[in-house]
Amino acid sequence: MAAVRIPPTLRAEVGGRRELEVGGDTVGAVIEDLVDRYPALADQLYAGGELASFVNVYLGGEDIRTLDGLETPVYESETVILLPAMAGGA
Amino acid sequence: MAGYRELLARVKEEIDEISTVRANELLDTPDAPLFVDVREPDEWEEGHIPGALYTGRGRLEQRIEGLVPDKSRPLVVYCSAGSRSAFAAKALAELGYEDVVNLAGGFSDWKRNGFDVTIPRVLTPEQRSRYSRHLLIPEVGEDGQQRLLDARILLVGAGGLGSPASLYLAAAGVGTLGIIDADVVDESNLQRQIVHSTDRLGEPKVLSAKRTLEALNPDVRVIPFQERLTSENVERILADGWDVIIDGADNFPTRYLVNDASVWHGIPVVHGSIFRFEGQVTVFAPGEGPCYRCLFPQPPPAELAPSCAEGGVLGVLPGIIGSIQANEALKLVLGRGDSLAGRLLLFDALGTTLDEVNVRRDPYCPVCGDNPEITEYIDYVEFCNTPVGLD
Repeated sequence: MAAVRIPPTLRAEVGGRRELEVGGDTVGAVIEDLVDRYPALADQLYAGGELASFVNVYLGGEDIRTLDGLETPVYESETVILLPAMAGGA
Repeated sequence: MAGYRELLARVKEEIDEISTVRANELLDTPDAPLFVDVREPDEWEEGHIPGALYTGRGRLEQRIEGLVPDKSRPLVVYCSAGSRSAFAAKALAELGYEDVVNLAGGFSDWKRNGFDVTIPRVLTPEQRSRYSRHLLIPEVGEDGQQRLLDARILLVGAGGLGSPASLYLAAAGVGTLGIIDADVVDESNLQRQIVHSTDRLGEPKVLSAKRTLEALNPDVRVIPFQERLTSENVERILADGWDVIIDGADNFPTRYLVNDASVWHGIPVVHGSIFRFEGQVTVFAPGEGPCYRCLFPQPPPAELAPSCAEGGVLGVLPGIIGSIQANEALKLVLGRGDSLAGRLLLFDALGTTLDEVNVRRDPYCPVCGDNPEITEYIDYVEFCNTPVGLD
């Protein structure tokens, strides 16, 4: 199982949890498992069946766009961070 | 036992001297010697030979090897008349400096001949007292404090992030602070926007901030821009020249606009954003690291990015993130430490955790990439409202 860090904007869809344990050997599989468990997340994370470009995903401190994208392997006890941009400053 | 005059005469026999006329001729040559001023600090502050190194006579032996490690470098030592510096020249020779001469007649003779003099900028006694804790830090010191006093920092937003950032920058003695904000102080701001206060309700935020900051530190000049930053006014505002921009905006169009303008003007941006219990902070340094578009190529749709007005924010959170922004800005001005460029800090106030992710420059970035597609201001509101396509 890997951990997924849920950003505050998505917590309403996962019962307020900040971190969830999900299964999957790749980043893509981890996110799919997450959406299977919490289908309301689909609209927030996917656009046209693919991971939306406004959602940044990090594994081991690196943006998966600089790794192998959704194919990036995820090992036991690693943490996937979902990170949308936040505009707030005031 | 030798008296002072006898001792001085004996020392002068052991050292070489140079006339002020000859020393002045050497001043602008490629192999000009280094002038070492060994007078008292108040004498130095009244004027010195251009380019001279100051180290008081008292700690000369202690400090000189750190200041001038190359012992073969030619040195001209001077005081006001050439006596104190004669002893200093002898001490330097004894320390192994190979080419040391004493300036005969000293600085008095230099001035009498009408040669160039530099009047150093010095802190006033009040500034020495005000910034004493900075002056004690080797990484800041008097030079660093002068840099801060000369610095110009532009704050986008006088709200949650802009409040603590501007307060600490003003307290630190950043000489010029520009503040852009079109809003007036509202009661709902005061839970976190600590640069304002209850008696300022209804007052333009930039004027309220100006009052607070200039009262905190009279060395600071606040330039208020009571307007919303737009593609139309950004060039006018940036024309004043800014060393650092602090982005504490509350919306995506402004953040993308700040980014594009900063890339084109080569101004580093200290970025902060907050929502509920979480904050993000990083530095975008044009030419050195990624820009905001490398990190977030597309803004999320509005329903996924509620503002603090819609979703709320813990009052202290902007205090923490805004203070980190002030810290980054001060380091950029001082040229000290490692900036957050290329690193995004994620702060979670509920768990009190600080995570860090790497941010890399995207060579395909439309603004800072190798072949930029966007080279002039766009309609940022439209850009942020356009439904996001696929990657």
